Amino acid sequence: MSTERLSVRKTYKLFIGGGFPRSESGRSYVVNDAKGRFLANASQASRKDVRDAVVAARKAFGGWSSRTPYNRGQILYRVAEMLEGRRAQFVEELRAAGAAKTAASAEVDAAIDRWVWYAGWADKVGAVVGNGNPVAGPFFNLSTPEPTGVVGIVAPDGPLLGLVSVVAPAIVTGNTAVVVASEPAPLAAITLAEVLATSDLPGGVVNLLTGRRAELAPWLASHMDVNAIDLAGVSADAVADLEKAAADNLKRVLRPGLSDWSDEPGIDRMTAFLETKTVWHPVGV
Amino acid sequence: MDFEYAPAPESRSVVDIRPSYGLFVDGAFTEGHGEPFKTLDPSSEEPLAEIACADAADVDRAVAAARRAYEKVWGPMPGRERAKYLYRIARIIQERSRELAVLESIDNGKPIRESRDVDVPLVAAHFFYYAGWADKLGHAGFGADPRPLGVAGQVIPWNFPLLMLAWKIAPALATGNTVVLKPAETTPLTALLFAEICQQAELPDGVVNIITGAGETGRMLVGHDGIDKVAFTGSTEVGKQIARTVAGTSKKLTLELGGKAANIVFDDAPLDQAVEGIVNAIFFNQGHVCCAGSRLLVQESVADELLDRLKTRMGTLRVGDPLDKNTDVGAINSAEQLAKIRDLADSGESEGAERWSPPCDLPQRGFWFAPTLFTGVAQSHRIAREEIFGPVLSVLTFRTPDEAIEKANNTPYGLSAGVWTEKGSRILWAAEKLRAGVVWANTFNKFDPASPFGGYKESGHGREGGRHGLSAYLNV
Repeated sequence: MSTERLSVRKTYKLFIGGGFPRSESGRSYVVNDAKGRFLANASQASRKDVRDAVVAARKAFGGWSSRTPYNRGQILYRVAEMLEGRRAQFVEELRAAGAAKTAASAEVDAAIDRWVWYAGWADKVGAVVGNGNPVAGPFFNLSTPEPTGVVGIVAPDGPLLGLVSVVAPAIVTGNTAVVVASEPAPLAAITLAEVLATSDLPGGVVNLLTGRRAELAPWLASHMDVNAIDLAGVSADAVADLEKAAADNLKRVLRPGLSDWSDEPGIDRMTAFLETKTVWHPVGV
Repeated sequence: MDFEYAPAPESRSVVDIRPSYGLFVDGAFTEGHGEPFKTLDPSSEEPLAEIACADAADVDRAVAAARRAYEKVWGPMPGRERAKYLYRIARIIQERSRELAVLESIDNGKPIRESRDVDVPLVAAHFFYYAGWADKLGHAGFGADPRPLGVAGQVIPWNFPLLMLAWKIAPALATGNTVVLKPAETTPLTALLFAEICQQAELPDGVVNIITGAGETGRMLVGHDGIDKVAFTGSTEVGKQIARTVAGTSKKLTLELGGKAANIVFDDAPLDQAVEGIVNAIFFNQGHVCCAGSRLLVQESVADELLDRLKTRMGTLRVGDPLDKNTDVGAINSAEQLAKIRDLADSGESEGAERWSPPCDLPQRGFWFAPTLFTGVAQSHRIAREEIFGPVLSVLTFRTPDEAIEKANNTPYGLSAGVWTEKGSRILWAAEKLRAGVVWANTFNKFDPASPFGGYKESGHGREGGRHGLSAYLNV
């Protein structure tokens, strides 16, 4: 009898409303490593899973957007802390997905640092993009940024840094998100969900789906209770149809750009999902 | 008490309306090759002038002129020089303000008091404001050297013809873009007078092009491959069509669309002040206002008293000749819009709400609709959900502040909202909870070039006005 211990494998499931359900469709798809060897069966989410995720994201929006920016900043920083603690696991997962050791290590470092960078923005973005407006009359007039609402994100293929680079800017300002993970490399996304689930991030703020982009993205783009959509991971030939679907309720659309995710991010991904609210009040005695 | 007013009409002699107008392309008035159409005086249904209609070739010509001007003249011009052209335009608008106001009231039907005291002063202020940005863009928070987009295609509505032109053209030009603008087919005259103002200011040819026509001309413009930016103000329905048209292109899009604003009156509000605010919110400009306070949400405990006072006040509104300086509510802009208002008001009655209007003699000719109030309105009624764009107010009640916010936000729109209360912390609480781009507290329908304007949700995206309004025309 062999003494070698049989490892306990992880079941990769979806992340919806803070829980880890399987796809309601009961479907999965095979994810292989770079050499074509079996890694795992990832859940293959359905239209119904998209809708469940949107319900969870909408439910979480009121609470998350009402948190103080300081509190949201601390929670994003906590995500960085949890990710740092699981560094080795992520390096291993990225290597399994095909990255060389140094590249995998650099990507995990950059992803951790990106959470820290965005964490600091939580209580600063309002000061940078808000305005006291000098109107020609006796009125107090102030413009402040507010989160757009539920943001649908089609994540790019960068399995960890790409994903973090699109999720963090959406949620730091108070939006909640439904994310379709990279189709060929979904496993790191679900492991990241385990990090999010242990970072005091309220359930439903980030919901992660794995599966076929071509199947899921149109439902996300046309969903009437989604306020905005980030097309970062969408191929050029699919953009027009998704934008058309997004017009049904005039979603804010962030088109895919030329993104080297290791570049300095700037504030554009945050401002893409912010509304400006302007409040007037008369001045007088 | 009975108020008698002697008629106090503003003279029409200050304007000189030509029998026909061409398209303003590349600095000159040129022929259009579509089927010309007439613009009417909505207070009398008299035709005012024949207007050229731009066909596809005319749109091409206008876009090509704007492109040349962008590449050869306006794009390379230092910001401080662009600024001086815009200051010139602002000054000429002030100099010719009477003429512009009278022409606007004739073509649109809005009261002269409004075009004279609100629209035209804001138009001049808008050009003056954005003129000053032209050489300060590096300080606006968009990086050291933000760049213009190129040629902007702009389509504007009939409710504030000249003001919407200013909201579109002033920021576009200040940031270094050139424009092709299409005014609404029922209100082209002040835009064509603005073209003359561009000539007087010696604005380089092709920087501003004004093409007239109906929806088809607008569709050709926003779908044109030669433009880099689309800016539209109008209905949510057309806004969605435009969003589909620009899908998959690199055109930048801003949309300022419909609304169904809640105007919330809490039980501690100063009622007389609130009544003035409610009247201004819904009857200003005949209710042809995208941010109109068309849903009055009043706390149950003060509803009866507030409605009594509101009805008394509505009884003093003077409806009639737009050029009479005593007029509060002018003509409905078109037969088509009047039919839409009538249809929605009829649905209010048939769905069970109670209709009331003050006694009101309407002129025999022209397009008119008496100020109207509906009580007993349910959230499911069409008059509580759909934009009427007319002088029709739907009244709903609430018991708790949470209920007020819930009802206020229960709409796909999110352009504006009003809050009336003496309690400061309640104002700030309500302003925070309301999902709307502009919140007026203890006031309503205030506009300023320095203040960003624009909606949440299906009221559109992007902001016009203020520092925020620059980003719509920059590569940021």
